[in-house]
Amino acid sequence: MTIMSLSKALNEGMRQAMEDDPKVLIMGEDVGKLGGVFRVTDGLQKDFGEDRVIDTPLAESGIIGTAIGLALRGYRPVCEIQFDGFVFPAADQIITQLAKMPMRSLGAIKLPVVVRIPCGGGIGAVEHHSESPEAYFTHTAGLRVVACSNPADAYTMIQQAIRSDDPVIFFEPKRRYWEKADIDTDSTEWWPPLHAAKVVRPGTDATLLAYGPMVKTCLEAATAAEDDGRSLEVIDLRSLNPLDEPLVLESARRTGRVVVVHEAPVNNGFGAELAARITEQCFYHLESPVLRAGGFSTPYPPSKLEEHYLPDLDRVLDAVDRAFGY
Amino acid sequence: MTTEASRGAEAPPELVQLLTPEGERVEHPDYDIDLTPEDIRSLYRDLVLVRRIDLEAVALQRQGELGIWASLLGQEAAQIGSGRALTDVDMAFPTYREHGVAWCRDVDPVKLLGLFRGVNHGGWDPKEHNFHLYTIVIGSQTLHAVGYAMGIQRDDASAATIAYFGDGATSQGDVNESFIWASVFNAPIVFFCQNNQWAISEPLEKQSRIPLYRRASGFGFPGIRVDGNDVFACLAVTRKALEAARTGQGPTLIEAFTYRMGAHTTTDDPTRYRVASELEAWKLKDPIERVKAYLFKNEQADQAFFDAVDGEAAQLGADLRRRCLAMPDPEPLAIFDHVYSESHALMDQERAQFAAYLEGFAK
Ligand SMILES: Cc1ncc(C[n+]2csc(CCOP(=O)(O)OP(=O)(O)O)c2C)c(N)n1
Ligand SMILES: [Mg+2]
Repeated sequence: MTIMSLSKALNEGMRQAMEDDPKVLIMGEDVGKLGGVFRVTDGLQKDFGEDRVIDTPLAESGIIGTAIGLALRGYRPVCEIQFDGFVFPAADQIITQLAKMPMRSLGAIKLPVVVRIPCGGGIGAVEHHSESPEAYFTHTAGLRVVACSNPADAYTMIQQAIRSDDPVIFFEPKRRYWEKADIDTDSTEWWPPLHAAKVVRPGTDATLLAYGPMVKTCLEAATAAEDDGRSLEVIDLRSLNPLDEPLVLESARRTGRVVVVHEAPVNNGFGAELAARITEQCFYHLESPVLRAGGFSTPYPPSKLEEHYLPDLDRVLDAVDRAFGY
Repeated sequence: MTTEASRGAEAPPELVQLLTPEGERVEHPDYDIDLTPEDIRSLYRDLVLVRRIDLEAVALQRQGELGIWASLLGQEAAQIGSGRALTDVDMAFPTYREHGVAWCRDVDPVKLLGLFRGVNHGGWDPKEHNFHLYTIVIGSQTLHAVGYAMGIQRDDASAATIAYFGDGATSQGDVNESFIWASVFNAPIVFFCQNNQWAISEPLEKQSRIPLYRRASGFGFPGIRVDGNDVFACLAVTRKALEAARTGQGPTLIEAFTYRMGAHTTTDDPTRYRVASELEAWKLKDPIERVKAYLFKNEQADQAFFDAVDGEAAQLGADLRRRCLAMPDPEPLAIFDHVYSESHALMDQERAQFAAYLEGFAK
């Protein structure tokens, strides 16, 4: 067992993947000597050399486009996008090429490219540094989309994502980079499958669905709700596409009330998909509509206002209250 | 797999310089400039004051009053020289580091702090100053600048735009597209690239095998490298390029060869990727010291003048600090302001819901 921060867990996971497979490459802006602005790639260039840990020119479309070419040549590039807001120059390559090329080739081409994106707010940053762009990618067929919420998952999921033969969009909750946990690095037996969701706190009265940075917020909300005599189940989705539907639906049927929580705007957010699926398949089990707590339908605000924008414990509990109001 | 540095390289680049680091005035056949002692004192004052603004902002960040700050330290001459070359009708498109240009465009320094303090995303009216909002996404603004220049063309106006960007930005697709558009449409624009040698931790070699100014020729317009720490040269070269743009001669790329003397931003730690001796070497080329030396040597300013400028700088710093601390936090409901220019049902709905939610806490 080793105590690791989430960023260190990603670092160790990538190191392991690079040791296991010489085709694994790291590429991105400032990933070399600097170790990335969040130090997630710290020390990797020193140990694996500049051919495998590549400081790229400052061009996100170039990063993903060349990663595709490297993948065509048999490499497994792990691309770092420095901040969520800077994935958009790469959106064309991701959406029109990365996501669709394998299908167009009738399976002849595999693109095992991982796109790591630090996401979410709560760190007092300037604009474009606090975005939650997951819905753009879950809406794009051909991409697997996952989000880790804690160090242990970061450690396992990054390795599984690198091993996946499909492109994986890998969201990292930047405000949780420094949180620590004990990780068993000696065995892989405890690893859940990449696309499995996890009940991180069992409960009976309502289900909170979250992923990435909001899992911790939901756990805190569940603890607070206990004082009001409410037993909340918290599910960490971990994977948005594919979705672990059976686990989600089972919980929804059992508790009868579901609140989806994400930082991204509620309007047209990933929660809408969850709500629709749960409603379709659990209609007669539900005591209330599936409710959503999330960001407003506005651009991410200046940091002095982010505490108001981001769903917090009170906003989650408010949604839970509303669910019990039906 | 190392790059052969010799391939693609040509003769060593020429650098337009009018004032040496030692404060000696030198002539250049293409770029001369006629500056009165008063002009030079005024440039000196600008340089000192923007450095003071910058230092104060760094200090404010250290004390938690700003979330982050991108320092212009070392780049004062590039920014004051180019900024003072602009006329009122010209339009400037900055990155996040152009505090010196903002100064030349009469943007109140305290307004620059809003974005970094997290109270707004902009803070000034671009139209009032002909100075666009800061752009954080690398390279985006170069295309806006070209489009604006195309508008000037269509208005038959005698004006130009200037687009600021860094050495790292030259790799972005947007910047390369902006070169193409400017060239094809012969747009009245000056591309002003401050090559401060670093894009966060990446040295210039990670972006280019040739000196950046030479990129222009492939796009079909002139490129020129200027000593970015020489305020006279930056002024002269930018003035000439702007004039060419205004008179229908199309774009110019200016590479201001300078150095980022501070960290990339206040959250950066340059000791991880560059050696201290580099900074020491560049300190000898400080953009302010050489103007001071020139003024002294040529007896165009006395100690009283320098003391007065220092006094003014101290006052400016103190004033900036006071007004930064007095900046009010935005109201929570401001989140919903200005997202759309006309009323919008969802905005109204969410605003009302959130107001009721906040009201619930007040009770
Ligand atoms: C599209 C995009 N990608 C990445 C970043 C993160 N980032 C901010 S500044 C910077 C380096 C910019 O270097 P340069 O263009 O040389 O300008 P300088 O900061 O040196 O003035 C990077 C990579 C960004 N802001 N926008
Ligand atoms: Mg630079």
